[in-house]
Amino acid sequence: MIKRTNRRAVTFAVMALSALTAASVAAKGTLVYCSEGSPEGFQPQFFSTGTTFDAVSVPMFNRLVQFEIGTTNIVPALAESWTVAPDGKAYTFKLRKGVAFHSNANFKPTRDFDADDVLFSWNRMADESQPFHKLTAGQTFAYFDDMGMKNIVDRVEKIDDYTVRFVLKRPEAPFLADMAMDFASILSKEYFDTMMKKGTPNAADVYPIGTGPFQFVSYQKDATIRYKAFDKYWGGRPKIDNLIYSITRDATARYAKLKTGECQVMAFPKPADLDAMRSDPQLAIQRKEGLNIGYIAFNVEKKPFDDKRVRQALNHATNKDAILKAVYQGNGQAAKNPIPPILWGYNAAIHDYAYDPAKAKELLAQAGYPNGFDVDLWYLPVTRPYNPDGKRMAELIQADWAKVGVRAKLITYEWAEYRKRSKTGEQTVMMFGWSGDNGDPDNFFVPLLGCEAVKGGGNVSRWCNKPFEDLVIKAAQTPKQADRAKLYEQAQVIVHDEAPWIPIAHSVRFDALRKEVHGYTMDATAHHYFDKVELAAP
Amino acid sequence: MLRFVLRRLALIVPTFFGVTLLAFALIHLIPGDPVENISGERGMDPARRARLLHQFGLDEPLPVQYARYIGHVLRGDLGQSLTTHDSVAREFATLFPATVELAFFALLFALVVGLPAGVLAAVKRNTVADYAVMGVSLTGYSMPIFWWALLLILFFSVQLGITPVSGRIAVQFDVPSVTGFMLIDTLLAGDLDAFRSALSHLVLPTIALGTIPLAVVSRMTRSAMLEVLREDFVRAARAKGLPRWRVIVVHALRNALIPVVTVVGLQIGLLLSGAILTETIFSWPGVGNWLIHGVQSRDYPVVQGGILLIAGIVIAVNLVVDMLYGVVNPRIRHA
Repeated sequence: MIKRTNRRAVTFAVMALSALTAASVAAKGTLVYCSEGSPEGFQPQFFSTGTTFDAVSVPMFNRLVQFEIGTTNIVPALAESWTVAPDGKAYTFKLRKGVAFHSNANFKPTRDFDADDVLFSWNRMADESQPFHKLTAGQTFAYFDDMGMKNIVDRVEKIDDYTVRFVLKRPEAPFLADMAMDFASILSKEYFDTMMKKGTPNAADVYPIGTGPFQFVSYQKDATIRYKAFDKYWGGRPKIDNLIYSITRDATARYAKLKTGECQVMAFPKPADLDAMRSDPQLAIQRKEGLNIGYIAFNVEKKPFDDKRVRQALNHATNKDAILKAVYQGNGQAAKNPIPPILWGYNAAIHDYAYDPAKAKELLAQAGYPNGFDVDLWYLPVTRPYNPDGKRMAELIQADWAKVGVRAKLITYEWAEYRKRSKTGEQTVMMFGWSGDNGDPDNFFVPLLGCEAVKGGGNVSRWCNKPFEDLVIKAAQTPKQADRAKLYEQAQVIVHDEAPWIPIAHSVRFDALRKEVHGYTMDATAHHYFDKVELAAP
Repeated sequence: MLRFVLRRLALIVPTFFGVTLLAFALIHLIPGDPVENISGERGMDPARRARLLHQFGLDEPLPVQYARYIGHVLRGDLGQSLTTHDSVAREFATLFPATVELAFFALLFALVVGLPAGVLAAVKRNTVADYAVMGVSLTGYSMPIFWWALLLILFFSVQLGITPVSGRIAVQFDVPSVTGFMLIDTLLAGDLDAFRSALSHLVLPTIALGTIPLAVVSRMTRSAMLEVLREDFVRAARAKGLPRWRVIVVHALRNALIPVVTVVGLQIGLLLSGAILTETIFSWPGVGNWLIHGVQSRDYPVVQGGILLIAGIVIAVNLVVDMLYGVVNPRIRHA
């Protein structure tokens, strides 16, 4: 072929070849991550999906405080230190100095991060009269609303350029954990002001400027997101030069790309593929105890589940070990409390209801159901992080309960419909679950079992118990974690005895990566961090 | 001809209402709503739910919503996506070239392989070649796209390592989007490696999407050829002593093409719907992938707008195909 081409073409081919070699040398510092979907946008305050956080708030932004990677411990980030007022109603943050913002073609920052940025970022969500509050038509500050921040924070004050104070409406110990969440990311006030002056304020929500380890380069919808290392990152420049998200929705295709080396890390491997991945010498699997719970909820507003003996009976009648083997296939641990054991405040002393059909029958007889009853059992129509196979789980439970005379009819709906119906209280017994937002026990007890959550529908057992409620409210208002932990431990005793749920399992999460990736640590809140990652020569 | 075109254009009006009504009704028939999609396992305060429904314009009776939607569409406004809040028309325009590129190559593949295969099968009727072509095409026609696509990936990409798994181009190439067609953009950028990469990314999706049209084209060509080969003019041509290839290609095939063209026109719709599956598996950033995600997230404006635009394109293509008959077959006159 080359013989027949002319001299110029040969020169060109050589040039192309050397360009190719140059590209592969430069690509050594490039990590490709096969992500599971496209971000909804590039603004950290608008959205509430993990996919968007992984693409936006994690690589490009920081919060005042952050979770230490791999744990839910709260450590300094843009705030170097903080103090809590004795009454628990004010948090004063000392800000870090010398934190630089990213730049792009339209914006070169003239100053470092300071208190104005904190006030701007917060007020944009909280203050409806702030000029940027309604900047992007149709956008809401979903997560800020979800976390009920309007009822928690009264105002933010600037003490000086490097000190801010959050004044709360009530003592709220989980507040610090809330500040480590994605929606609390810090934006650049100067950037928004500059874009406003240029007449293109919306661009500031489309082309992100943050303080994070990676800067935005480009986005091709549904295909790739490109970032480059931010040289001036306050936490130390990332070890890789470029980070690329290769958007691959199909889990089988992600696995195939990992195998061929088209990406080095993949999101959400299919549980069925794990064994094959483990036996592949080129791949490494990391595992992390999940911050989640899969459970069966009894609607306590409906007969016969208004009687706690019936609820306890079915706890005794359910063979959890069999479910863990058949449904979780070893990738989960049996649950006896609403929170997972990796969370502080977990009550390890609770004795789970033993699998004991005889005991269950006895309790049912005491409650007036010696011959059992008929019941509709709703099961999950989809795979969720806390439950890989709702249908299989339901079948096992159906068989278990049949042994004590409880005849369960299995029912399900399309996933969105399932959730919609559950929020109206239509269910009698249903399968559900939760993945924690911020590693505070409050984030399990209040949204899942609190009295307020009956109204919003998040409390699907519709169980509202005064002593329990008092304990979790008191815990939220108690400043010291050790004291709070004790209150949560007591609250778990009540939940165990009252048995509004059958806690089933806490599932384990997995990430799959190629062997040449070093320094990757799985995050407790299911985010994917790449600023500490290194690539060894393959 | 003009009257034919006008008549066909007039038909667009009822089709427009039919398509919009169908798209609107179908997406609203699916349980759940965009607000439910936001909240997930989390509860939502009823007041906030009502506020969001109002903001999305979903708190009104369906006929009112439909009328309002039609009003906006007639003014050329397809609305905004409920997830990205970007304009539906802009998102479609960004992604559509990728789908066209894929569909074009799939069709090309179907024709380049299907036509000769069909002719071969007809000419060598009841021989091994005929049985092979028909057997393979029947298999191809019956194969579910997603399964076939995965099989292709596992064999060619994972086992043999000769094709990339998915995507439109290797990630190291950041080619500026000018036309939206990757092959053209890479050439405009003067980057031959990028062009080669884009071409190699097209191979498997093209085969996966082109297999069914290929089967249809080859079977249709075969049966049309068999019919034409029996005609008197073919016998006359043979009797004149014309070379065999000339009789087959010029006399027979040209006439056999008429039904094939019709079928190919109908394949455009099939190609676009097949693209939905193909794009999902190959992470191909086109409108199929986008529509699937729109359905999953109950993004009503995306689904309604996407279906409307695709339907419009299918109608336009079919109109062009009908006009082409006159060119292929002078006996058909659109008077």
